[in-house]
Amino acid sequence: MDLFDLLLEPLSYDFMVRALVTTALAAIVCAVLSCWLVLIGWSLMGDAVSHAVLPGVVLAYIVGAPFALGALVFALIAVTLIGVVRNTSRVKEDAAIGIVFTSLFALGLVLISVTPSQTDLNHIIFGNLLGVSVPDLIQVLVLGVVAFAILILKRRDLTLYAFDPTHAHAIGLSPKRLGALLLGLLALTSVVALQTVGVVLVVAMLIIPGATAYLLTDRFSRMLLIAPVISALCSIAGIYLSYYLDTASGAMVVLTQGAAFAVVYLFSPRQGLIGTRLAMSRRRKAAALAA
Amino acid sequence: MSNPAILVDQVTVHYGEVLALDAASLSVEPARICGLVGMNGSGKSTLFKAIMGMVKPDAGRVLINGEPPAKARKSGGIGYVPQSEDVDWQFPLSVRDVVMMGRYGHQGFTRRASKADRDAVDLALDRVELSEFANRQIGQLSGGQKKRAFVARGIAQGATMMLLDEPFAGVDKRSEATITRLLKELAADGCTILVSTHDLHALPQLCDEAVLLMRKVLMHGPPEVVLQPEHLAKAFGLDVLNRELPGAAERDLPGPGVANQPGRI
Repeated sequence: MDLFDLLLEPLSYDFMVRALVTTALAAIVCAVLSCWLVLIGWSLMGDAVSHAVLPGVVLAYIVGAPFALGALVFALIAVTLIGVVRNTSRVKEDAAIGIVFTSLFALGLVLISVTPSQTDLNHIIFGNLLGVSVPDLIQVLVLGVVAFAILILKRRDLTLYAFDPTHAHAIGLSPKRLGALLLGLLALTSVVALQTVGVVLVVAMLIIPGATAYLLTDRFSRMLLIAPVISALCSIAGIYLSYYLDTASGAMVVLTQGAAFAVVYLFSPRQGLIGTRLAMSRRRKAAALAA
Repeated sequence: MSNPAILVDQVTVHYGEVLALDAASLSVEPARICGLVGMNGSGKSTLFKAIMGMVKPDAGRVLINGEPPAKARKSGGIGYVPQSEDVDWQFPLSVRDVVMMGRYGHQGFTRRASKADRDAVDLALDRVELSEFANRQIGQLSGGQKKRAFVARGIAQGATMMLLDEPFAGVDKRSEATITRLLKELAADGCTILVSTHDLHALPQLCDEAVLLMRKVLMHGPPEVVLQPEHLAKAFGLDVLNRELPGAAERDLPGPGVANQPGRI
């Protein structure tokens, strides 16, 4: 069996095609968003929001509302609670984030345990890539395209917000509104990624691609290209690997992205560990020769 | 009668329990360079924030050219040069990208740059003599060049008023002279400039007037008068013999609220 067959064989199953399309889409949207998250230093916030949406999704399931709506409401609740705890007590922000998101996540788990038809909801936690239905795919498609479009259209404002919110304010923009927009998109994107890797691992898709791209370039516009390309390739590779190795698909996707980060971390020409060490020793040798 | 470029009228600001500005009043005429002198925690940053409308005063008002700050912001009149510690120098943006951010207020929904925007950026870069570094990542500039990049952003923006937070911190002598010359040229073109600093030696060459700030405006006048040791002693809580005045140590402490202030969510 040659490589071509290896790549084509899984595509003969409809569920694999749906899995690949969903993952690639989620990977791209998450990767684009991750570029801002890693630069602002919102990784922990990404972790928090992606976990805190769980009760919202479960409640939406119970009342038959769109998952995205429940997720947005609970993302808002989470961010508000974090702000309230941080600003009105001596507890610091990281602790406030930890308290709020784990409590909301636990609330979600409790809700799942008392909701009939548990199999469906457990998939939200760990993802159910191979069980993506056509309606699931459509939901991911719609949300993903909306989030992607807003991110790309507002990319310059979001970058300004990430880089210098004071200047944004000084020229009449609202940093608060831009921050809120980014948080809203974070909630939306979390729902997109839930389908593929599950609540627990969403944060990986929201951090790793941006961090990987950041080690490869000094231009934000290029990060916005590199991150989604790497993320999509890794995700598709992860699915193929899970197919042939018979492993958990969502976890395999994240593992592949982590491996890609490790490679870039070590070998990136300018920022990589090995490159910078080599350059350092070359400089030292040159200095020794000159002396 | 024309309005002052900056009018701060009896402005009081609290951060929680901490009193940051106490009925501070200040008036700066157009095209003047005014140096704001005070130690850390004297309210310099808060005064800047009040002028930009980032903190809402508990009492008093701020007018920019006779209008509320919101209007001045919308028209792109306020340029801001942050202090170095407030900037992420690793951020993956080129010098040109940063200067282009000055144009965002003039651009449409997606901030797509027009020919006019690109020309304005080129002119601004040329004016601060950074054209050859336009494509460098911002962190790869020297201390003085970094400051000039942000001044260029204000120029590209068409700011009629520029606020500079500690522009001489981490800047060598030569760059300091370049920045001083640049700011004087801008003022000659009609730009009003407010410079905050606790670095005193650069002020007399640069400023038309100086302000001593210690939560309130202690003194406002020509730099050579304001910077006399007996006056500085009041602002820095030291007497001329460098003995600490009673209560000065307490004043020196930044309040617990100051670190958590808005600016970033």
